[in-house]
Amino acid sequence: MSGKRPKKDAIDRKYTKGRIRGKHLWKTTKILAATLLAAVFAFLFLMPIVLTITNSFMGSAEISANYGSVFASSDSGGRVFVSEKVNLKFIPDMVSFSQYATVLLRSPQYLLKFWNSVILVGPIVLFQLIVASLASYGFARYRGRLREIIFFVYIILMLMPYQVTLVPNYLVSDWLNLLDTKWAIWLPGIFSPFAVFLLTKFMRRIPVSTIEAAQIDGAGEWQIYRRICLPLCRGTLCSAAILVFIDYWNMVEQPLILLSDSETHPLSVFLSRINEGEIGLAFAVATIYMVPTLLVFLYGEEYLVDGITSQGGLKG
Amino acid sequence: MVKKSGKEERKALRAEKKQIRLLKKRGNRMTKTRRKTQVVSSLYIAPSFLGVMAFFILPFFVIIYYSMVDNPISGNFVGLYNFNRLLNNLSFKTAVSNTLGFSVVSVPLAVILSLLLALLLDAKIPFKSQFRTFFLSPMMVPVASIVLIWRVMFDFNGAINEVLMAFGGSKIDWLKSGYSQIVIVILFLWKNLGYNMILFMAALGSIPRDIIEVAKLESASPWQIFIHIKTRYLSSTFLFVTIMSLISSFKVFREIYLLTGDHPYDTIYMMQHLMNNAFASLDYQRLSAAAILMSLVMIVIIGILFLVEDRFGKDVEG
Repeated sequence: MSGKRPKKDAIDRKYTKGRIRGKHLWKTTKILAATLLAAVFAFLFLMPIVLTITNSFMGSAEISANYGSVFASSDSGGRVFVSEKVNLKFIPDMVSFSQYATVLLRSPQYLLKFWNSVILVGPIVLFQLIVASLASYGFARYRGRLREIIFFVYIILMLMPYQVTLVPNYLVSDWLNLLDTKWAIWLPGIFSPFAVFLLTKFMRRIPVSTIEAAQIDGAGEWQIYRRICLPLCRGTLCSAAILVFIDYWNMVEQPLILLSDSETHPLSVFLSRINEGEIGLAFAVATIYMVPTLLVFLYGEEYLVDGITSQGGLKG
Repeated sequence: MVKKSGKEERKALRAEKKQIRLLKKRGNRMTKTRRKTQVVSSLYIAPSFLGVMAFFILPFFVIIYYSMVDNPISGNFVGLYNFNRLLNNLSFKTAVSNTLGFSVVSVPLAVILSLLLALLLDAKIPFKSQFRTFFLSPMMVPVASIVLIWRVMFDFNGAINEVLMAFGGSKIDWLKSGYSQIVIVILFLWKNLGYNMILFMAALGSIPRDIIEVAKLESASPWQIFIHIKTRYLSSTFLFVTIMSLISSFKVFREIYLLTGDHPYDTIYMMQHLMNNAFASLDYQRLSAAAILMSLVMIVIIGILFLVEDRFGKDVEG
């Protein structure tokens, strides 16, 4: 009798051990599969970016040899079929900086368009944040019925697509004779309600006791705003700045409609007009245009993620 | 006994009244300071509010006026004629059906695939933060920079057709045929999945761990946990991701314009193309009518989604 028990235990243990090992194996395969799937997605997501960057280090001759047929057929239209093959390559045969040299030294128009982008986007980011941080302080400091309604209108406005908002923007710019000037882009951008929404959501989370404590210490509204609320939402300000920056750095619709002179267009629109003769430097221009966003991403990924996360949930 | 208790009652009542008076007095004082914060803080809203009024709200009323007159100068009232004209316009019909068709396909895909990505990163896989960075990077890159590569890939003589040929298929004219919609959906997903994924990741992270632990102890399968617990907590995020995807789906014009220029293939002629043409010809009536119709549609969609959330999101809030 006493000899039997350990035997049964051993069987039990053996059985369970096998099951655990099986389960473990199953789990490892699952994780492996998940990792593989993630890797496939990562490849697909990164490929176009990496290709653009690596291709910017090809010499002009190599570019024309590789992609000549694509850009020839899509631009001159008349040619039906070009027998040259497209040669999509990750790594250039010979690393060369000739594209960059051409862009920087011999084709100033691209740098000019890049500067247009900077001049259009910079003030929007800066002043939208200033206007929005003031407004969000107002929205968070006091919550009356009227103010809730206004805030709700802001949310609706924020959700409206360009096809709707560009029409009023255009009309006002027309009335004020701002069309074809930078102000036509600047002003609607500065008053766009997006940052107000983001910052208000954060400011409303600042405990009332903090503000009341400051009040008891004799701080006025301006001091509360400047010395308490602004420092507290530094992170959210960064998030908002990044989100606003990417949005406007990428703008296409506004300049197309509000700026008729293509000389004043930002690079985001101008890049698409690169034609046959210029593909030798197109990848370099594209990469240069990417650099600011990639730098922002590199240093501000956490802010970006926080910004997106705190957008979640419209109410509140 | 009875009298005494009555007296006590009256005394208590009097005390209560006094307290109420006191409270009211303090309340008045409170409202005075409250009134002050109300006035002062409204000054902070003023710049933004005036700007929004001037550039968005007030002109919108003018747009409503424009949509009902024959032209802005003579201003004869024509009722719904402009809307009627727009609704019977062939290019408007094309633009609406293309835009809607695109949204109907791309928004659910954007929601489901980004949830899949978020679940992948929620599993215990290595290099999580690197993967997150990779998935987010398309969001940062301006469309204009990437368009070159898309052209190289999807052109008639492009890389994808080369691959097709190598496998014995025949060439497809991706950008100038019915396939162009597929291309645009791919570009849209490429750009927007990362953003949605972050929203889902945050929501997944906020699900209380103990509920999932309990479910596991009750030997619930991962699928059951996902359906019965996670989706419940994700419901409001579903709503938000859907709205945001819908809005970015209206921005896909960028990709189309940068890829194909002013005259795209018919199946990718979107609302924004129509608007651009109307701007170019300064057709205020058409612009106004289109903007109003579109804003109405948006308000209805957003309203429905909010109602849906009110109905299903309640049981997990608070």
